[in-house]
Amino acid sequence: MKRRGFLAVTAAAFVAGCNKIADSDAGSKLLGAAERWHKGAHRLLTNREALAPEYPRSAISPFFRGNGSTDPQNGDYQAQAAENFANWKLEVRGLVENPMQLSLENIRRLPQRRQVTRHDCVEGWSAIGEWTGPQLSVILDEAKLKPEARFIVFRCADNLNGQDYYESVDLIDAYHPQTIIAHKLNGEPLPIRNGAPLRMRIERQLGYKHAKYLTAIEAVASLDDIGEGQGGYWEDRSGYQWYAGI
Amino acid sequence: MKRHALSTRIWHWLNLVCLVVLFMSGLTISNAHRRLYWGDWGFAPEQAWLIVPRFPDWMTIPGYYSLAVARDWHILMAWPFALLLLFMWVAMLVNRHFKRDLMTSRSEWKPGAIWHNIVQHLKLNFDHEGGKFNFLQKLAYGLVLGVFLPMMIFTGIAISPGMEPTFGWLVDLLGGRQSARSLHFIFAFALFGFFVVHVVLVVLAGPIGQIRDMITGGKSDEA
Repeated sequence: MKRRGFLAVTAAAFVAGCNKIADSDAGSKLLGAAERWHKGAHRLLTNREALAPEYPRSAISPFFRGNGSTDPQNGDYQAQAAENFANWKLEVRGLVENPMQLSLENIRRLPQRRQVTRHDCVEGWSAIGEWTGPQLSVILDEAKLKPEARFIVFRCADNLNGQDYYESVDLIDAYHPQTIIAHKLNGEPLPIRNGAPLRMRIERQLGYKHAKYLTAIEAVASLDDIGEGQGGYWEDRSGYQWYAGI
Repeated sequence: MKRHALSTRIWHWLNLVCLVVLFMSGLTISNAHRRLYWGDWGFAPEQAWLIVPRFPDWMTIPGYYSLAVARDWHILMAWPFALLLLFMWVAMLVNRHFKRDLMTSRSEWKPGAIWHNIVQHLKLNFDHEGGKFNFLQKLAYGLVLGVFLPMMIFTGIAISPGMEPTFGWLVDLLGGRQSARSLHFIFAFALFGFFVVHVVLVVLAGPIGQIRDMITGGKSDEA
């Protein structure tokens, strides 16, 4: 028992030291820098167009788990769901020459990409599904980004713990060929659990980047004034890494 | 010549710090989803081969449940851990520590010789005939440096979705992402097992002299 106590005390002292470092200015800068080194290494080793693995349809998992919001109760989401999202609008706004409002019908009529990919949650689990939708790049080209646009922000209908969900990526991931606005999972309209009627697929990053219940795509020059400035709901709320490719 | 080269001593202690931080933050990451799977995917209990117990907060970094902070530490310490291991391998090959002290000879693999070695170990007789390390030590250090530690890096790379477009072959070789995640966990605990045995043996062999030599380098080849 005494030895166990010694171990616990040593661990506590070590953890306290780590937390002291993490809370210091230099420490938190270092922790943030490490995330950028990984992103730099990934970008150095990987072609910007390189694809995440795609699987045959036979690899699709029997169920696709949902995390975070799985049935939003806020705003008029439930009313929209009741009418099968017939009046859902996706706004394209911000630093674009041609702001747009797209209906689901508009989105279905764009050239479609179908991909069977693996979804990795930050918690550790994975599921495989087939997603269908237009590439984000097609819509961005249509809207014409202004030269000062550097990030794409995804606005969502769900409000989780009192804050509206949102996410963001840089232009490399926004223009990646597998970055699509999915309206189908495994050939069927998206289930509410998985983000009906529209969700993002950012295939080279973890699940929290794949914004669900998508209402708007916004081109911005900086993330500082969006939400609390960290680039996403979980980034603001819990300090998750903005670059979720690790 | 000192008992332990300067490069070995620097690596040994810095690597210890890296491993402790990586292991303790890894326990928090394990707590985030306490199931392990084989293959590409898995998310539910019926697919799991192991339900991992929840590790108590005092064993973890940051000492309370925060997946984000644990990932910050894990992501940071992965860098010195990997670069130091590369440094140690280069140093071991250049100063011939690997060839001289760690490489086993064919005669050491004879069952009789292995058995003799095990018996001597169990009798806590740590005098080795010739060479710096006996067979079991060579085997343990060789496995740690050549398999366990590198596998932590390879399985870690294979779990990163941003690495997969380039390292998809590695993910396939390891049997899919969830297999790579399981292996990451298994090798982490293999290293923990080594750590426990290593510390016990150092204590039995005279901890003050052993630790002193790993700091100062010790006297010339007295072992």
